[in-house]
Amino acid sequence: MECCNKRRMMKESPESNFMNRRGSSCFPDEVLERVIGMLKSRKDRSSVSLVCKEWYNAERWSRRNVFIGNCYSVSPEILTRRFPNIRSVTLKGKPRFSDFNLVPANWGADIHFWLVVFAEKYPFLEELRLKRMTVSDESLKFLARSFPNFKAISLQNCDGFSTDGLAAIAADCKNLTELDIQENVIDDKNDNWLTCFPESFTSLEVLNFSILHNDVNFDALEKLVTRCKSLKTLKLNKSITLEQLQRLLFRAPQLCELGTGSFSQELTTQQYSELESAFSNCKNLNTLSGLWVVTPQYLPVLYPACANLTFLNFSYAPLDSDDIAKLLVHCANIRRLWVVDTIEDKGLEAVGTHCPLLEELRVFPADPFAEGDARGVTDSGFIAVSQGCRNLHYVLYFCRHMTNAAVATVVQNCPDFTHFRLCIMNPGQPDYRTSEPMDEAFGAVVKTCSKLQRLAISGLLTDLTFEYIGKYAKNLETLSVAFAGSSDWGMQCVLEGCPKLRKLEIRDCPFGNAALLSGLEKYESMRSLWMSDCKVTMNGCRLLAKEMPRLNVEVIKEDGSDDSQAERVYVYRSVAGPRRDAPPFVLTL
Amino acid sequence: MENCSYEKVGLNLEATELRLGLPGSADEHDEKLSSCSYSSSSSSSVVIRSKKRSSPEESIDDEEELKSNKRTMISHHNDDQDKNVPPSKAQVVVGWPPIRSYRKNNGVQQQQQEQKKKGEEVYVKVSMAGAPYLRKIDLNFYNTYQQLLLALENMFNCTFGEYSEREGYNGSEFAPTYEDKDGDWMLVGDVPWNMFISSCKRLRIVKGSEAKGLGCL
Repeated sequence: MECCNKRRMMKESPESNFMNRRGSSCFPDEVLERVIGMLKSRKDRSSVSLVCKEWYNAERWSRRNVFIGNCYSVSPEILTRRFPNIRSVTLKGKPRFSDFNLVPANWGADIHFWLVVFAEKYPFLEELRLKRMTVSDESLKFLARSFPNFKAISLQNCDGFSTDGLAAIAADCKNLTELDIQENVIDDKNDNWLTCFPESFTSLEVLNFSILHNDVNFDALEKLVTRCKSLKTLKLNKSITLEQLQRLLFRAPQLCELGTGSFSQELTTQQYSELESAFSNCKNLNTLSGLWVVTPQYLPVLYPACANLTFLNFSYAPLDSDDIAKLLVHCANIRRLWVVDTIEDKGLEAVGTHCPLLEELRVFPADPFAEGDARGVTDSGFIAVSQGCRNLHYVLYFCRHMTNAAVATVVQNCPDFTHFRLCIMNPGQPDYRTSEPMDEAFGAVVKTCSKLQRLAISGLLTDLTFEYIGKYAKNLETLSVAFAGSSDWGMQCVLEGCPKLRKLEIRDCPFGNAALLSGLEKYESMRSLWMSDCKVTMNGCRLLAKEMPRLNVEVIKEDGSDDSQAERVYVYRSVAGPRRDAPPFVLTL
Repeated sequence: MENCSYEKVGLNLEATELRLGLPGSADEHDEKLSSCSYSSSSSSSVVIRSKKRSSPEESIDDEEELKSNKRTMISHHNDDQDKNVPPSKAQVVVGWPPIRSYRKNNGVQQQQQEQKKKGEEVYVKVSMAGAPYLRKIDLNFYNTYQQLLLALENMFNCTFGEYSEREGYNGSEFAPTYEDKDGDWMLVGDVPWNMFISSCKRLRIVKGSEAKGLGCL
């Protein structure tokens, strides 16, 4: 209520409360704010804020969550000025290709200055979700001290911190409900950070420390799990044994999401049956992950819990086709499945047979760099899944080769794809049956899947693929391209043809300045463009920067490279102007 | 397909010729490939990226990639391509396939290698009643019972059938057994894989009828 009072005092025009002005709202601000406050969708809020000044103000005062897809598109000052009452912030930092070592270390996206501003402007901040940001221990300690109501922290693909930072969060965030650390580069100091949760602390609902390598203090963990009765998500790391898992499950049968420790240990018959009954007592389990190292003979302990599972993440579990088939028989309700290609096509057939409700499938390669006759999944496995799982709308598929015909069959079986990410691991690999480019495969995808939002292409591809994309992919928002295309025309087709394009990331393609500059008008409506190892030059980038002053055109320069080439270009719209924290190797043009 | 706006833009487009200089890499492939140019008029060209990245955790990846024999072949064709162009000398491509560092470093292959680190090669003798001579296999070569048994089935031209904890390999013609550290003869498949390879001294393939006794223990 304090915020409403503050606002009334700041009101300039007295008539805005009445229906004097033509077309203005006749609701008092408090009502308008309450109504608009119910809007959850970002897009709706964005639209609402454009209607008129009253609605803009009602929206900005009532907004509690903010999502910033590119931390450099706006500054903390601008953010806090517009939205005074934020409780939850989601920030994404580095370009996605930094996941694949294409962005040097110390590039930026440091959270610290944001936290300093938030400490002043959002003292009641409750949630922080970061992806691809640099987060130091200092920042985590500062966070823990500065926000008394802080509840949830989620760090995905971040770097720069250690278990010291986690200890600070554990010790000082008295109201913490969520500590979620995923796939970060973290310095695991093998210390007792878990013991830093005070004895009186009971509010935890989500705990995910699966990426840590070292042992954790199990005693502290067990006590923590015992006293946090609302714990819903628990994702353990490799160091947790089956016996320890059983003890934790015994304490927390209410769990909805579980990431196991290692699934390999010598168990006595007694221990085996205790583990089995622990799993059968978990009636609310809908998500299962972990496993890491697996003794297949113990997988049956999971069977009682499988019936309610909707998400199975076995992407770190090396199962073979028989093991997965035996398990999936019990998993009829699976909606999302992440697996390793050790299950091979036979395993995928089992998926098609037993999981008719499947909506999302991700198949990761066990050995991406294997040569010669490496196993894995192929076109026939892909088809098998599409035949059995007609609701499939999200696929990430790593394979060594593919055929145009197979992809066409898959999308015919499943025309509702929204996310289609096919990675043929050998760059420039043609259709292995016909030796033709894979153009027709992706042509089939865009022609058939009208709802397609995200596409990642691979294999031998000519400009024709891009012509198809530009012509048919009218809902496409994200496109990832590597080792594809024949000329600038390809990229132009996409820039001119895809009205909803927001993110375009390209590597190792023959697109040069003409292609880059054809998107002049387009880039302001996009979040970002990434081009690495293409044919773009510094002059081309300078021209772009000159013509479009509201874009940040950044070139990442490597030592010893040709000065006229722009090997890595990152273009993004920003209201914050050029970066103030750019390292020497990032040139803002 | 020709793009005429090149001239209009008025840029020095010869500068778009991408030259590949590999800085300070000890790889012998460098010399051959460093003068490759990448232009759309050539019928085929090779694109290599192996520039090292500066961050510590990433250089570990690069080192491993260069050390071991992992290779990715790249060839980049044009519309009027020459289909007979053979794949070039293989070179590591940074960041390809697009798998996150965390997954690469903790993935299945990595974990199996971690486990294998201790014992490089563990050769054990394998005997079979009636066979004229024994064989030897490297237990560390396999990761699961399934793989091992398949290899044994192929080597000795026999079948083991389905394993079950209760019945062993009952019902099948042959059964695999092994001698453990204590000198006892055990049925293959009862204990976790890692435990098995650390305690297995030798293998013996017995007739199904002989194995029945073992299964009941």
